[in-house]
Amino acid sequence: MVIKDKSSAIKYLLIDKLGVSGGCVFIFMFFVLFLLPQHFKQSDVLDLNNFRRIRFDRDAELARRRNPNCSYYDCFNVYKCGNHQNKVTIYVYPLTEFSEEKSKTWISREFYKILKTLINSPYYTANPNEACIFVPSIDMLNQNLIDKNLVSKALASLRYWENGENHILFNMLPGENPDYHTVTDVNTANALIAGAGFDSQTYRYGFDFSIPFYSPMLADYVKITKDGDDKEYFLIAPQLNMYDNHRRMMQEIVLEDSNNNILLLQKCTLEILEDKVSSSPELMKHDIRCTFPGNSPIEYPEILERGTFCLIIRGVRLAQPTLLEAMATNCIPVVVADNIVLPFQEIVDWTLAAVKIREADLHSIKSVLNRISNERIKEMQQQVRFLYDRYFKDIETITLTMLDELNDRVFPHLALPYNAWNLPSMPNSAQNPLFLPVMGSKSQGFTAIILTYDRVDSLFTLMQKLSLVPSLQKILVIWNNQKKQPPNTSSFPKLTKPYKVIQTKSNKLSNRFYPYPEIETEAVLTIDDDITMLTPDELDFGFEVWREFPDRIVGFPSRTHVFENNEWKYESEWTNEISMVLTGAAFHHKYWNYAYTTSMPGNIKDYVDEHMNCEDIAMNFLVSNRTNKPPIKVTPRKKFKCHSRQCTNAEMLSADTNHMLERSECINLFSRIYGTMPLKSVEYRADPVLYRDPFPEKLKRFNDVGSL
Amino acid sequence: MLNFKNDNNRSKHNDIDDLYETPVNIKNKQNKQNKPNFNNYKTCTMETCFDFTKCYNDFLVYVYPPEPLNSLGAHSPASPNYQKILTAITESRYYTADPDKACIFVLAIDTLDRDSLSEDLVRNVPLRLQRLPYWNNGKNHVIFNLYSGTWPDYQELGLGFDTGQAILAKASMSIQTIRHNFDISIPLFHKHFPQRSGGTGMVTANNFPSNKKHLLAFKGKRYVHGIGSETRNSLFHLHNGRDIVMVTTCRHGKSWRELQDGRCDEDNREYDHYDYETLLQNSTFCLVPRGRRLGSFRFLEALQAGCIPVLLSNSWILPFHPHIDWKQAVIWGDERLLLQIVDVIRSISPSTIMRMRQQSQILWEQYFSSIEKIIFTTFEIIRERIPENPFRNGLTWNTSPGALLTLPTFSDTPQNFPFLLDLFGYQPKENFTAVIFVQIGQTLGPSSALFKLVKSITKSQYVNRILILWASDQKLPPRKKFPSTGHVPLHIVSSLSSPLTYSENDENESRPSISQRFQPHSLIETDAILSLDEDAILNTDEIDFAFNVWKFFPERIVGFPARAHFYDDSKNSWGYTSKWTNYYSIVLTGAAFYHRYYNYVYTNFLSHLLLKTVHQSSNCEDILMNMMVSHITRKPPIKVTQRKAYKDRESVRSPWNDPDHFIQRQSCLNTFAAVFGYMPLLKSNMRLDPVLYKDAVSNLRKKYRHIELIGNR
Repeated sequence: MVIKDKSSAIKYLLIDKLGVSGGCVFIFMFFVLFLLPQHFKQSDVLDLNNFRRIRFDRDAELARRRNPNCSYYDCFNVYKCGNHQNKVTIYVYPLTEFSEEKSKTWISREFYKILKTLINSPYYTANPNEACIFVPSIDMLNQNLIDKNLVSKALASLRYWENGENHILFNMLPGENPDYHTVTDVNTANALIAGAGFDSQTYRYGFDFSIPFYSPMLADYVKITKDGDDKEYFLIAPQLNMYDNHRRMMQEIVLEDSNNNILLLQKCTLEILEDKVSSSPELMKHDIRCTFPGNSPIEYPEILERGTFCLIIRGVRLAQPTLLEAMATNCIPVVVADNIVLPFQEIVDWTLAAVKIREADLHSIKSVLNRISNERIKEMQQQVRFLYDRYFKDIETITLTMLDELNDRVFPHLALPYNAWNLPSMPNSAQNPLFLPVMGSKSQGFTAIILTYDRVDSLFTLMQKLSLVPSLQKILVIWNNQKKQPPNTSSFPKLTKPYKVIQTKSNKLSNRFYPYPEIETEAVLTIDDDITMLTPDELDFGFEVWREFPDRIVGFPSRTHVFENNEWKYESEWTNEISMVLTGAAFHHKYWNYAYTTSMPGNIKDYVDEHMNCEDIAMNFLVSNRTNKPPIKVTPRKKFKCHSRQCTNAEMLSADTNHMLERSECINLFSRIYGTMPLKSVEYRADPVLYRDPFPEKLKRFNDVGSL
Repeated sequence: MLNFKNDNNRSKHNDIDDLYETPVNIKNKQNKQNKPNFNNYKTCTMETCFDFTKCYNDFLVYVYPPEPLNSLGAHSPASPNYQKILTAITESRYYTADPDKACIFVLAIDTLDRDSLSEDLVRNVPLRLQRLPYWNNGKNHVIFNLYSGTWPDYQELGLGFDTGQAILAKASMSIQTIRHNFDISIPLFHKHFPQRSGGTGMVTANNFPSNKKHLLAFKGKRYVHGIGSETRNSLFHLHNGRDIVMVTTCRHGKSWRELQDGRCDEDNREYDHYDYETLLQNSTFCLVPRGRRLGSFRFLEALQAGCIPVLLSNSWILPFHPHIDWKQAVIWGDERLLLQIVDVIRSISPSTIMRMRQQSQILWEQYFSSIEKIIFTTFEIIRERIPENPFRNGLTWNTSPGALLTLPTFSDTPQNFPFLLDLFGYQPKENFTAVIFVQIGQTLGPSSALFKLVKSITKSQYVNRILILWASDQKLPPRKKFPSTGHVPLHIVSSLSSPLTYSENDENESRPSISQRFQPHSLIETDAILSLDEDAILNTDEIDFAFNVWKFFPERIVGFPARAHFYDDSKNSWGYTSKWTNYYSIVLTGAAFYHRYYNYVYTNFLSHLLLKTVHQSSNCEDILMNMMVSHITRKPPIKVTQRKAYKDRESVRSPWNDPDHFIQRQSCLNTFAAVFGYMPLLKSNMRLDPVLYKDAVSNLRKKYRHIELIGNR
């Protein structure tokens, strides 16, 4: 028995071995252990040519029965898991062939892959003394192909078994004729079971792992159609192993279906099968299924690509390989299996990707599916694709997902939250870090941050003006001049509000956005040292508006961006739209300082510091991208003037072409780094409610607004 | 060809499982499996222990009538909290007085406290249950319970009676005992917990990084001996008196002196240094260790305070698990690793802290701040399990405004919920439906306001359809009386014929309610509704600008004339004003855009008490709509620029053009606030104007130049 051609021969053999037929078992046991193709990398532990052999007496000790009451808190020894900070460690027992009088253990290709994945994973340890988790290299995937007694003896003989504590056992086909239990019947004592087809009674929540029933058919399935193409069947019921009553029900539904878009598959007659196979010899038995009625042969699983929904119904077992086959073909699973524990259901939200129908309600499957909107169908298809690619696409991925779930349980403070497990990152979707719908704090007021270089007169004027704003809490002067010391304390104006001068270590624009511990308020006003024309009313009003939008940049000078000649252009004209508010005079939440400093994408932060420009554009990109919201411009446009040549933010005044080009370049560069254009243009600005209304000015709360 | 050969042998191998055909000797055992074991409902599932057929039409809850007076003429005892539960149900839209219509049954027998040493314990429950006509071994019943078991073992299922097939909505459930997907874990709440409203979350500022004095705090009892005492007895190891405050006392119970251990005196001294409330306010994290039972009051207290709970309560199933993703709001400690907990907490990043603190507030406000919310959430979880009932995904449960305000019967995709758009990167649809509510029905002609209004709307590039809801006693005018609307369809619908949405129990109120202006009409297919009174005066620029603003605030009401509420200290009540003020909190729905989801919520969700007030006064529907939307969004509405000649609605709206109208609105405001349990309206100081509004640039550069015109048109 020599395997030459991987694709066809292996596929066939795997199906039989994982699944089914008795005739092949012997061949397999032989084949798998000794003749695995050379391209498997062999590590010492899994050396197929060099493994131990252990032979048991008839009365060797058995492992204890599975303890159905185990939970993480009483059967799992958490003390073994503290050796490596924040990561579980997994030890894999070396490959061993256990045998007794009439039988011996063997290993399937799938299980071998699982072990290999474990060994190559970041969780692996070769040292059993520092292991948190132990994985015996005894294949228990298919209960029908193992000698339960022998396996039980083998488990009990393991060196670190200790009644199964912290051992994980993998199983995909539990139970056997006639009871078909939903958990393996092997004695597993206190071991954790990573199994397929649990029901809610046998699954020990928070302890066992629910894994999918891997379909060997997918090993070399290649998708033909693109997503969304050619969904000619509304529903496909592809399984050959339905219960009779379920099949009869589906047959009725098909016959009554006037739209003719439900496809029910059944076993082909031997005649058709042989005919089909002789015409295309690369096909194998399970690849061909026949339609009902009509009995014409169809290739499986490719046919599933043409279904919007695929029925995944329990047979004698709850779990079916059809689930992954449907997901691989991007067909939305309709799961009919009461009390099934779906794969990874403690972390994966199946309601986003699958439909569940009670077995007793199978008759209403059509009306249930018909009520699902087209938009929802599209969303589910996307989600099926996302889940499949991320968690299910092959044995390695499935194993790693299980390990991640395990690690989340042992280190719950590092566990990924719901969104991280279940939401594909979509362009334009936003997870706003400031998501609590509360107003910004009024009592705290705001901290003004003045980035200055050496315009001391203007700085002092600004400080004096700012100190008159009632909601100002404190002024921070960021002294960016490395050649000159800031002026002497005594020369500063006497203010009624506290201020502090911070001498920076280098002249960088990002110093303006550093999350200084001196900032004790939520709100930060960044202001250039020459912006002395804003009135206290305007600043107070700006702060009030910021309180209503504490997640956004709220400020005075605004700009916009336009798309021209295939690239973005910075625009400072008087336009009807704005998409940026310049941080030369704007409020924002202190959190954004932290985000700017620690998590600015790509090299944007360095670029800004190097070019001494565009820090405000960078901040607008950052905030718009994280919140999916535009900034808010307050009050009418003013002439913002720079009084001297050394304006750090020279564009305030100049329409200097070079400067404009640089700014446009920033926008183009940043949008490339983000992979999208996060800025959004809007046509509104915020004014005081009574602005320009014919109403006595002195009764208006903010009346000194908009003077030039 | 190995495969076919084997196929022939297959029938001999029935002992080998087959995925590709059903083994011949196996029949579907579904029916057999579905029967739970006799007298043992430990394995109950919805399929086996619940009768779905009672719930197919509607999800209604029946509450048994109070038990008959006992031989001494006294009412059977019910704790205040259980009374509140029953009141919350009977006042809600879940309630039915007809047991035949009910899906769920709730006992009149107080089962909250089943500690046999408690003074609140109701005796003879098994006997009382026997007397109930619909008990049916507990099928479709929900039993609420906060305390079970007693000294010394505090058995989780020690309720003192057989709950049968009833669903347990119970505090302190453990992962081993809960019947997954059947029972529901609820939080422990204290004796004075409010039925409605309840305290708001205490996080009023989102400071970054957290600026609390302590990192981790705990102040509470410890038990010295017995179940659950180990964890609390070890806490003193963590105390450092600076950023970690762990203070316990053994000074409780009658005989503490006899039971005390060597540490008690020292502990008590330290304990008295700290105030419980102050610690709660001044700590970033709050330790929530198990007591005798798994749950404790402090869990909700910490949540409300925005003090991130750090759990030391192994195997506790947190409230409303798995719908609520607690990983986003709490730190799971492990009692076995008690001494490591401080290191774990020190490793949490400031941005994670900010996220968790916000999430604690979201969850508190959405599901826990009142008994009503806890009960409704329990019901919604059961409702989602009923076949063919739509359900919410985990994202809806764990984001604002949450499951109770996101009605899954409205739509199966987040694209149709205004507040979920951002999360998924969806935009609202590009057009709107104008809905003009006609009450007076003045003669139509080119000079009539309605005629002009239709013309202005027709010129908007965003209008999809015009719907005229005719609620006037005047005859429905024929289509030809209206101006030509070109390609824009115009429908005139008599709202008198529309079904009343709520007043079926109310024979005196046979006239249609003014609430019908918000009915979710099938002709409304756009996300945006432009809601108008017949006498609204708007030009096309105003409409288009407002719509373009609305697109960026699809979850809010965006409109023109605004009003304000205020608290009148002299009267101790809420006041309403239509005067010019520096702020507003209401935008009148006589000229406003909002999302059509709100029509659905208004009609299908709001309490009957609220709708009845509107009906009886034929007024205040706009105030109610504003309060509802602010309740959902926790944001004020948005006022946009209007031309100065706009006539004030209050002065024009003729049927109620009298002082009574104003007083009525004030009283509505107070009634609504009482039913909501708080004042949901929020104030805004700003108005949104076009970017170049009144700026000194040429009018020709301005996109919405007609907004600056003064005059009628």
